[in-house]
Amino acid sequence: MIRVQGLTKTFHMHVRGGAVLPAFQDVSFHVNPGEFVGISGPSGSGKSSLLKCLYRTYLPSRGEIWYTDGDSVTRNLASEDEHVIISLRRQEIGYVSQFFPVIPRVSALDTIANGMVARGFDRTESEERARSLLARLGISRSLWDMFPSTFSGGEKQRLNIIHAVITSPRLLLLDEPTASLDAESAREAVALITEMKQQGTAMIGVFHDRALLGRLSDRVLEMSA
Amino acid sequence: MKLDDLVPPRSSPYNFAFLDEGAKREIRRALLKAVAIPGHQVPFASPELPIARGWGTGGLQVTMSLIGPQDVLKIIDQGCDGSVNAVNLRKLLVATTGVRTTYDSREATLLQSRHRLPEIPMQEGQIAVLQVPLPEPLRLVEPSEVETRRMHADGDYARMWVSLYEDVVQNGAISLASGYPCRVNDSYIMSPSPIPRWDIRRLNQSRQLTLLGAGREKRVYAVPPYTSVQPLEFEDMPFTVEDFSGMSCVRCGSTDTFLDEIYDEATGTSFRACSDTGYCDLVRSGQVASPAERDSGRVPAEAAGE
Amino acid sequence: MSSDVLLQARGIGKRYGAGCEACAELTGPQAGVNRCPRCGTVHALCDVSFDLHEGEILGIVGESGSGKSTLVQCLYFDVDASEGELRLRGEADGENLFDLPRSRKRRVRGRLMGMVYQNPLRGLRMDITSGANVAEKLLEADVFNFRRIRDRAAELLASTEIPAGYLDAFPRSLSGGMQQRIQIAKALANNPPLVLLDEVTSGLDVSVQARVLDLIRELQRERGMSMIVVSHDMGVIRLLADRTLVLKNGRVVERGLTDQILEDPQHPYSQLLVHSTL
Repeated sequence: MIRVQGLTKTFHMHVRGGAVLPAFQDVSFHVNPGEFVGISGPSGSGKSSLLKCLYRTYLPSRGEIWYTDGDSVTRNLASEDEHVIISLRRQEIGYVSQFFPVIPRVSALDTIANGMVARGFDRTESEERARSLLARLGISRSLWDMFPSTFSGGEKQRLNIIHAVITSPRLLLLDEPTASLDAESAREAVALITEMKQQGTAMIGVFHDRALLGRLSDRVLEMSA
Repeated sequence: MKLDDLVPPRSSPYNFAFLDEGAKREIRRALLKAVAIPGHQVPFASPELPIARGWGTGGLQVTMSLIGPQDVLKIIDQGCDGSVNAVNLRKLLVATTGVRTTYDSREATLLQSRHRLPEIPMQEGQIAVLQVPLPEPLRLVEPSEVETRRMHADGDYARMWVSLYEDVVQNGAISLASGYPCRVNDSYIMSPSPIPRWDIRRLNQSRQLTLLGAGREKRVYAVPPYTSVQPLEFEDMPFTVEDFSGMSCVRCGSTDTFLDEIYDEATGTSFRACSDTGYCDLVRSGQVASPAERDSGRVPAEAAGE
Repeated sequence: MSSDVLLQARGIGKRYGAGCEACAELTGPQAGVNRCPRCGTVHALCDVSFDLHEGEILGIVGESGSGKSTLVQCLYFDVDASEGELRLRGEADGENLFDLPRSRKRRVRGRLMGMVYQNPLRGLRMDITSGANVAEKLLEADVFNFRRIRDRAAELLASTEIPAGYLDAFPRSLSGGMQQRIQIAKALANNPPLVLLDEVTSGLDVSVQARVLDLIRELQRERGMSMIVVSHDMGVIRLLADRTLVLKNGRVVERGLTDQILEDPQHPYSQLLVHSTL
């Protein structure tokens, strides 16, 4: 589903006299549907940057990201038009980051449900699914109509996960998804991820917990600093 | 052969119809342009005359530029031949042209009026000349002349309509009583001069040519015969005219004319009478047998014989 | 134009003055000025091109002198562009809309565009009621039925969360936030496919700003309009826009996904802008 070839990212900072900061170099790998590729490496080795390049939040400096979409069209995400990326993000590619992008003044339930509605699903159905996922990951009912800006780190992170998975993406990018979760919630999240894997979602994930990474991954990509 | 040999004797030393021939020609050229573009205001020189502005100089200049020795002239003010202004204008024109005058609108070839059209529908070959104080209907919503000209050019009349909307919101209906804005020939919006709503329909698809002159504002405009003149109305709120139901003229008994309300100080009562005094007299003297005859457009026997 | 491109802008330029051969070199983002030192011509916009897809929100960010407001004014025909082409899908048989006569431009923008200005004095008439302001837009689109106008105006004001009693109130007696909502209601009156928003929340109190932004986002989500959002505030752009153009001295210096511009800006000026954000 996704084939990364010779991907390199180097930051060129123009402020303060300019600096050249390499993030990672010459990364190549592929992921098939239903596969989980883990990314491991020391701090500063560019793991998050790699994920961000795949999501196009960072612009790769060199290399290609060949992605085959649901209609079997293959594209190079590194150079694709913005509006195509926007469409893919909405329909097929999910991303769980370490920081929940809080949309002010939208309730937790709506924040989650809107993602599905944007894909064309019926609002009632979207809200149903949102509720069941919120319950599954242990977000108490009383919080569903609240604004997430006041949630705890763990609660926000669970919302993050649900937000990314509710639309059943074909490719899921995970950047330390369980980092701020307690054991119970982490277990549920992993169960959810495993289910999706079984349903054919391709995944690329960064996990701090090496044991967990090992359990989930079919293959592990080692990155060096 | 000179003009003076052709015309009837006049009592004043001025040129025929007061204005010099050059001025008359300039006005006629402006009028031709106005007739060619119905509802569009055409500027004209409207030079200073020894007649104050606001006393009908616009209509007067139009009449003066068109009148010839064969014309038959009627002048009314608020429907009445006998009002002071009408009398003075008539005297001026007769003194400088010697033309025949009439109180019977059917006989007039030129009919100059302030604020009314005659009850008897005018016919082909007749010309109505209306006196206009403010030719620009959009002045209600826009003080700048440059801007109103642009609005006409672009057909951008939204703000006019907005003011009508506000009128309905505040008053339940469009409350303009006279000078009701009309769309001419499906194109320009025009002020018909301060004639009452009652008279608007006499402009639509009329048989006569109607010319409108504004002296102070230096504009003439025209409604050619058989031209559409539609008062602005919302689809769901049709245009209505004044309601005189249950009333009649105390002099001639007509129940279907525009009636003035006249207050008698002596008795402290008020009564109604036809605003169009010429018509009222014709009814009283039996020269118009019925409203049907009035509306049929037949010319009286005497006029036909001349 | 591909099937889902709603608006296509090519080479839009706006200059005040005749221009000279030195202008290209002596003005622009490299030179850091809009005014040519040799001939005095001010280049407010130069060679701006972009596509806007259906249902998309495009952000335009820049500082004073960037030309962002001028761009929106050119798109809305408030200002005549000096050069360039503008095409809207389905309009004028694909002709350049800048070439249309003024009366046709007026009709295009009345039917197909909504505009919300930073200053409500520009977008609203203070001497008529808020309902009448919305009615004006409907009347421009030849809706001449009083009841329909009234009902639609009331409906639009309700959808922008303006209390029903304000239908016949004058905008000058209302708060800044309310005035912006009336502008939004007016902009949406004819269900236009394109809405232009020029610094719509600058100058409003923070809490009011928040509510207006929420409203805009909500309305866009419900109705699927395409929008162009101009702001100097990165927070507003991040909240609303999928893609962003960065303007400096009248030119586009960078374009990309909004999150990419904010997290991985390429151009030195974009970096400066992003790093300056509080």
